[in-house]
Amino acid sequence: MILQVENPVVEVHDLTVSYDRKPVLWGIDLTLPAGALVGVIGPNGAGKSTLIKAMMDLLASSSGYVRIFDQPLKQVYNRISYVPQRESVDWDFPASVFDVVLMGRYGKLGLFKRPRKADKDAAMEALEKVGMQSYADRQISQLSGGQQQRVFLARALAQNADIYFMDEPFAGVDIATETAIIQLLRQMRDEGKTVIVVHHDLQSASEYFDWVVLLNMRLVASGPTEKVLTQELLEQTYGGKLTLLSNVGDLLRKQEFPAREKL
Amino acid sequence: MNAFWIILTGSLVATCCSLLGCYLILRRMAMVGDAISHAVLPGIVIAFLLTGSRDSVPMLIGAGLLGVLTTFLIEFFHRYARVQADAAIGVTFTWLFAIGIILISVFAGQVDLDQECVLYGEIAYVPLDLWITSGGLSMGPRTVWTLSVVTLLIAFFIIIGYKELFLTTFDPAFAAAIGISTSLWYYLLMTAVSLTTVASFESVGAILVVAFLVAPPATAYLLTDNFKAMLVISVIVGILSSIVGYYLAVWMDGSIAGAIATVTGIAFTLAFLFSPTRGILLRQKRVQGVSH
Repeated sequence: MILQVENPVVEVHDLTVSYDRKPVLWGIDLTLPAGALVGVIGPNGAGKSTLIKAMMDLLASSSGYVRIFDQPLKQVYNRISYVPQRESVDWDFPASVFDVVLMGRYGKLGLFKRPRKADKDAAMEALEKVGMQSYADRQISQLSGGQQQRVFLARALAQNADIYFMDEPFAGVDIATETAIIQLLRQMRDEGKTVIVVHHDLQSASEYFDWVVLLNMRLVASGPTEKVLTQELLEQTYGGKLTLLSNVGDLLRKQEFPAREKL
Repeated sequence: MNAFWIILTGSLVATCCSLLGCYLILRRMAMVGDAISHAVLPGIVIAFLLTGSRDSVPMLIGAGLLGVLTTFLIEFFHRYARVQADAAIGVTFTWLFAIGIILISVFAGQVDLDQECVLYGEIAYVPLDLWITSGGLSMGPRTVWTLSVVTLLIAFFIIIGYKELFLTTFDPAFAAAIGISTSLWYYLLMTAVSLTTVASFESVGAILVVAFLVAPPATAYLLTDNFKAMLVISVIVGILSSIVGYYLAVWMDGSIAGAIATVTGIAFTLAFLFSPTRGILLRQKRVQGVSH
């Protein structure tokens, strides 16, 4: 069940990525539609983060190519934004919340230029969208996990890009932040942006995403959520991992009898 | 007048090193600065052998090349040979420094250099090496001129590349994703460290360079949560250490470089104890204040 789309925003062709000559992603052929909220799902070590990093050329690939908006990556840098994993930076760094959000404007500014009022306004607006405007002068070391994630999201929003890659934005955040983030992502999708999210919670996946990519070193499936999140495809993705399989069972039961209303 | 020149020399070295050191410690690369400050030795010796003079420009070029080679080798061993970063640093700089020492000993007759001078420097001799113009006018110590140019270059580099250096230091993955080359800024930073090291080595020596690269930035890190303030405070700490260290050395009749390095250590200890935000004695209060 690998559905290829016409006029994709992201086109991945025969992508293979290796660490130490050991392939972690094998021959990925993938196209993603515009204006979708896409979940990249798979077990630990399936290469989910590796896939989005390779799409942005943060990791060297051993073969294959990636085109975004039908162009090589180098020509569309300022239409792409990235929300890295929260743990990837040092939160004791001497910077304020506003300093970090303003970084989202650096790519557009170019060398020599200092951020202007328009950039500062855009950063402040992005902070408002994530409900953190009153924290602008706060030291980043004083934030909770959920607040850190919102700051990272605000930095990406300040960039006003067309496609967003997010690495586990829901990992270790409180439920209020998770709800706020998913609402924001839906709003972005409704504005025609494409949002690609690495996610590991199967239960919320069916609720959150319009399009799901199932990954386990190889591409197992890619398509609309309801066609992809089937028992057969999930078993193929998580194959052999029994505890996870029982989770899959739970998930399927919940699909039949939704425990909570869709947001 | 001698006191003035010595303190000025110390302050210029302190300024360059403290500024660059802020980036190094936040990148967890303080010891790369240590490595570069030693590994430039063969570059200096080869430049000297090729040109036969202690002219600054060829030495700056020789040391700059060696500095970049050092960072490249460290990266290479770490990334491709999968050796731990600190092991890669240790192997690279001891090896390059040793080559420098062999070159000095083999060409001892032709090289007016010794490893003692490279390690410890002799800041007290700064006022003796004057730049005299062809008209016989004394322009002051040569080292002060070289260091002033290097300080201006470093300040210029940090002003121009402020955004890029800040972002690639804080979050290299995001920087790369929006099209800012992390390796370009990394190598530019390391070239700047190499230039600073070689411009300082004759006067203050590698050990004081390392002290200035690490101690004032670490002190400033304890005193502020704002990166621009950290740059400024670390320069102030570096300059104050030069002044206090000089008079300490005069009072004790001891080594000036040694006294300055000691004072940087004392400044760090004071910040560690009494910093309002991170000092161990006063921090307690703040934690209570926040958690009311």
